[in-house]
Amino acid sequence: MSLSNIYNPYLMRIEKVTEEAPGVKTFRLNFVDDSDREKFIFKAGQFGEYSVFGEGESTFCIASSPTRKDYVECTFRETGRVTSALARKEAGDIIGFRGPYGNIFPLEEWKGKNLLFIAGGIALPPMRCVIWNALELRDRFKDITVLYGARTVEDLVYKYELDEWGKRADMKLVTTVDPGGETSDWKGKVGFVPTVLEQMAPSSSDTVAIVCGPPVMIKFTFPVLEKFGFTPEAIYTTLENKMKCGVGKCGRCNVGSVYVCKDGPVFTYRQLQSLPPEY
Amino acid sequence: MQALHQKAKELLESGRAGVIVGYGKGSGDRVRPVFIRNAADVTKLMLDSRCRQNLSVYLSKPEIRKMGRPAIVAVPSVVKTIVQLISENQLKSEDLITLIVENGAVAELPDDASLEAYSASHPLVFPPTAQKEIETIEGMSLQQRFKYWQDELSRCFKCYACRAACPLCYCERCITDDNRPQWVCVASHAQGNFEWHMNRAMHLAGRCIECGSCTAACPVGIPIGLLTIEATRIVEQEFGYEPGLHCDAPSALSSFKVEDKESFIA
Amino acid sequence: MNFITQDNLLVFLKTLVDSGKELYAPQRKAEKVFFLPVEDAASIVFDYIQTTESPKDLLFPKVERLLSYDYDDGKIKVKDWAEGSKFSERVLFGSRPCDAIALKTLAEFFRLDMADPFVQQRQDALTIISVSCTKSDEFCFCTSVGAGPGDSRGSDILLTRVDDDRYLVECPTEKGKSLVESRKDLLEKGEEVERENYLAKTQQLFSHVEITKKLCGSFDSPAWNEASLRCLGCGACAYVCPVCSCFEIQDEGNNKKGDRLRCWDSCGFALFTLHTSGHNPRPTQTTRWRQRVMHKFSYMPERYNLIGCVGCGRCSRACPADMNLKEELSELSGSLEEIPQRFEDHP
Repeated sequence: MSLSNIYNPYLMRIEKVTEEAPGVKTFRLNFVDDSDREKFIFKAGQFGEYSVFGEGESTFCIASSPTRKDYVECTFRETGRVTSALARKEAGDIIGFRGPYGNIFPLEEWKGKNLLFIAGGIALPPMRCVIWNALELRDRFKDITVLYGARTVEDLVYKYELDEWGKRADMKLVTTVDPGGETSDWKGKVGFVPTVLEQMAPSSSDTVAIVCGPPVMIKFTFPVLEKFGFTPEAIYTTLENKMKCGVGKCGRCNVGSVYVCKDGPVFTYRQLQSLPPEY
Repeated sequence: MQALHQKAKELLESGRAGVIVGYGKGSGDRVRPVFIRNAADVTKLMLDSRCRQNLSVYLSKPEIRKMGRPAIVAVPSVVKTIVQLISENQLKSEDLITLIVENGAVAELPDDASLEAYSASHPLVFPPTAQKEIETIEGMSLQQRFKYWQDELSRCFKCYACRAACPLCYCERCITDDNRPQWVCVASHAQGNFEWHMNRAMHLAGRCIECGSCTAACPVGIPIGLLTIEATRIVEQEFGYEPGLHCDAPSALSSFKVEDKESFIA
Repeated sequence: MNFITQDNLLVFLKTLVDSGKELYAPQRKAEKVFFLPVEDAASIVFDYIQTTESPKDLLFPKVERLLSYDYDDGKIKVKDWAEGSKFSERVLFGSRPCDAIALKTLAEFFRLDMADPFVQQRQDALTIISVSCTKSDEFCFCTSVGAGPGDSRGSDILLTRVDDDRYLVECPTEKGKSLVESRKDLLEKGEEVERENYLAKTQQLFSHVEITKKLCGSFDSPAWNEASLRCLGCGACAYVCPVCSCFEIQDEGNNKKGDRLRCWDSCGFALFTLHTSGHNPRPTQTTRWRQRVMHKFSYMPERYNLIGCVGCGRCSRACPADMNLKEELSELSGSLEEIPQRFEDHP
């Protein structure tokens, strides 16, 4: 009896392609093989290796909520060889998917708390998964607040969902664009995410903060959270490192003795503080 | 050695050099590259017949460049490499101090003219074993040569030690690192190995100084330098161009003269 | 105790070749010694200290085909090369005890969490006949990393030369026992001997436990910069190392058909950790050299209780810039006199 090949991807059909922002697309994927879909389970925070046969594999989080059983979504920006090949794919095409890999956002531990989600730019996708997951289990949590910013109005992803979230009574959404990125009819805030966060003066009492964004945004957001009394254990983030195998063997994503693909990508700020700065 | 130690001490103490790039005692019977920054350490420098590694490869290393102006203990292949690097706009003779040690005396080659003069008067003596190997291969038919290289290159595992040891492979992003398109297969199967070494031979044709550092670096004993040496000799024959002789020489394969022969164009 | 003469050993090896098993043994090539497939048992060499390349490619080849794809009639078909592939029965002869321990460590690493089927199936199909070391050279340091010239871990059969032409035969595993059983006519019984008496006197220079402790707080030490100055950033050390396991996954083919391959890679390469955005977490050779040493001697022990080195010395022998791991670790560990001799009963 041969062991199952851990490098073998599921075949996924692209059901829908959405252009989120310049260079950014979302794929809604479904398993070609029904029995794969039936067996597939994942939790918020996990990621996969998405591939175009002949081009290679690329790492993105699973951006749809685990409570949605009928599809899997990913959002990516066209940057290199594999993402460019993916961007050329259309609805009906088949791509590969390996996963789910990695650890999860510990929603169980956050029961009864306020959730403060802070995301920047292309980092909303990993958060979107856990935000939807939390919204679908709404009564387990107290207040849910989402602060999301991008460089310009055009760069905001999941615009239709931002609309939806903005209209919901059971959550608070604050959107912002960098100074100079606003359009004449922009109704949201103008300012860098850390600046807007400071203006919001979030309460740290019984609150968990989840931060995802480009390194520069994270660098200035953590001090703001600490200023308002958030302890490093109460701040969660995701790390990104170059990955290949996704299962802790190829050695590429390791940071000290930790593998971002196995022990992450979700880490608390406290955990980051004990890691060597190699990410 | 006294003269070399004395010179190194003077250069460091006067601040004319920030680092002396030379040879020192290595593991067992070996010598290894050393980077002397304190006058107290100059006695670590040595020079004997084992000192053949082309140290000019370290002139482009960022950590070494940060140390200030280098003074390099230059065996003839190093001088030729420096001339070639100057002709390729990678170095200027005033940015380094080239030291030659002959008959117990140390001299500086301070400018392009002195570097060229030294290079011209010190043709490289090719090790007799390597010369024999070249003659053997040249005596083979094309099919036999292909079989020979198939056999040799089957041991290659794409460690790129040959590239790392070669001072003329200074591209910050090598052709093998490009993936749009993937010019050279990453894998070290037969095709991938041939692609890499053919590419390298073509990129070094007309530039290879024949220092032999690539062959010495290869951990699995492939006489890889023979390819680049042969490619360079063909350039010499066809275009009358020998690398490492002139600081203002045009690049052999990317410059064009109206008089260039066209006999091979049908 | 069982013994075998040199002549009978060659007969035994010839039997293996004749029986259709693939035999890999040390043979000379290009003035070095490599593990190569054996066609003629007479070409096997015995008088050398260490092979240039490790035998790890018998478990973890430099190119492994993971899967193939084919757009037949526009419909994609994927062939999984782990499934139903015949991994041929092989025998590795002449590995050193350090090599056998390394292969054991390598296989264990690939088994962790999600087990790699290729390495596992190759290990299942491989029998390892090791030969103890009667000599070591200035690059060997197995005794400093918890291994030794006669260590039997990882070997199915361990041979130790006790006379000019006689070996002690020990079978630490059932696999080894059953292979030996098949030709027990070639063995002879003899008086008990102490294996330790016939081994190389490889002096222990440091304790890897102490090294792991010292490395714990040394991430920011300026010593890394000095140590890595002459490192040229090639992959020679990682590729000859029997424990190094880093790899990359590369697709080769076009939009009609092709393969997904696993190829060796090295943390020493400049672009190993490079993000597509251009950010590189290990941007200098210093950071990459530090990673190599820390990974083997600090992170792996901390995380998996595995040491990433068996002291075979191949990295130092292969390095074009004469980086020497044994020397570095000895310096790191401090005074050599403080470590007691491991083989105290030998002159």
